[in-house]
Amino acid sequence: MPLGISCCAIEMMAFAGPRFDVSRFGAEVFRFSPRQSDLLIVAGTVTYKMAKVVRKIYDQMPDPKWVISMGVCASSGGMYRSYSVVQGIDQFVPVDVYVAGCPPRPDSVLKALMEIQKKISRGNHPGQVGGKVSPEFDHEKILIE
Amino acid sequence: MKEEVESRLRSSLGDAIVSVDEFNEQVSIEIKRDRITDVCKILKEELGFNYLSDLCGADMLNYDDASARKAYLAIEHEHRPHQVPNEERFLVVYQLTSLKDKSGDSDLGKRLRLKVKVDGDNPVCPSITSVFKSANWYEREAFDMFGIEFEGHPDMRRMYMPEEYEYYPLRKDFPLMGVPGSIPLPRR
Repeated sequence: MPLGISCCAIEMMAFAGPRFDVSRFGAEVFRFSPRQSDLLIVAGTVTYKMAKVVRKIYDQMPDPKWVISMGVCASSGGMYRSYSVVQGIDQFVPVDVYVAGCPPRPDSVLKALMEIQKKISRGNHPGQVGGKVSPEFDHEKILIE
Repeated sequence: MKEEVESRLRSSLGDAIVSVDEFNEQVSIEIKRDRITDVCKILKEELGFNYLSDLCGADMLNYDDASARKAYLAIEHEHRPHQVPNEERFLVVYQLTSLKDKSGDSDLGKRLRLKVKVDGDNPVCPSITSVFKSANWYEREAFDMFGIEFEGHPDMRRMYMPEEYEYYPLRKDFPLMGVPGSIPLPRR
């Protein structure tokens, strides 16, 4: 599920496009419905007003699901140290991989995707059971620098 | 430009003008709050300023005119610490542009700035939406950011911040990072 909400979305498109070509690494299709997605890429600045939308989209995705926080704005607020921007989306959605950069290079996003694949192959799915985080939740936070 | 506009305004609405100022070839006219709609109407219909390019609010709390000019012009000025009285705390600034070429006498692209002072305790200003329809969203923005209410506006709601938000973020006494907990986040 691509959630391009600022300029990071341009790099996310490059990551999907022919030059960097995410399909070489076993993930290709961008789904524009949360109901068909298992990975949410939050690419951009999340304002307090937008936070409700991000959370709603995350809630609509079926388990198991993963989240990439792409770029510094989503990860920590970035240069938007301001009253209107959430200082890190991990305040309201669980994040698996943080990607640093403003915006990150598409290679970093590829790396993040591979980290998600590694996490999946370890077998710990962050499934939420009954609205609560399941005990098997893989709490590891990965940072791509 | 300054002389022409000033004489024309003074002849019909002389009592509405507080002061006329020219700085870096930019003409600013301070208008009495209650007369702003009339002035805009005359400027639009008779002087060709038919485009409102911007309207914004400004909070002049602790504003120091002397040192601001000194910093800009890099000239020595006598430093006079100056406190803007609370009755004149807010400004509403109107930027008008002329897109009319008055028969060869080229007024095309001429710009004019109007200023209105607004009370800090009771920030109310007449709306100019009856003259410039484009003022609608500008005035909503100024209301959202400074809490200046525009009387006669058809739809005085917040523009950017959530409807239930209680503060005005661009006021000088508002903290940069906002008021913690004032906008609820979804539960994690």
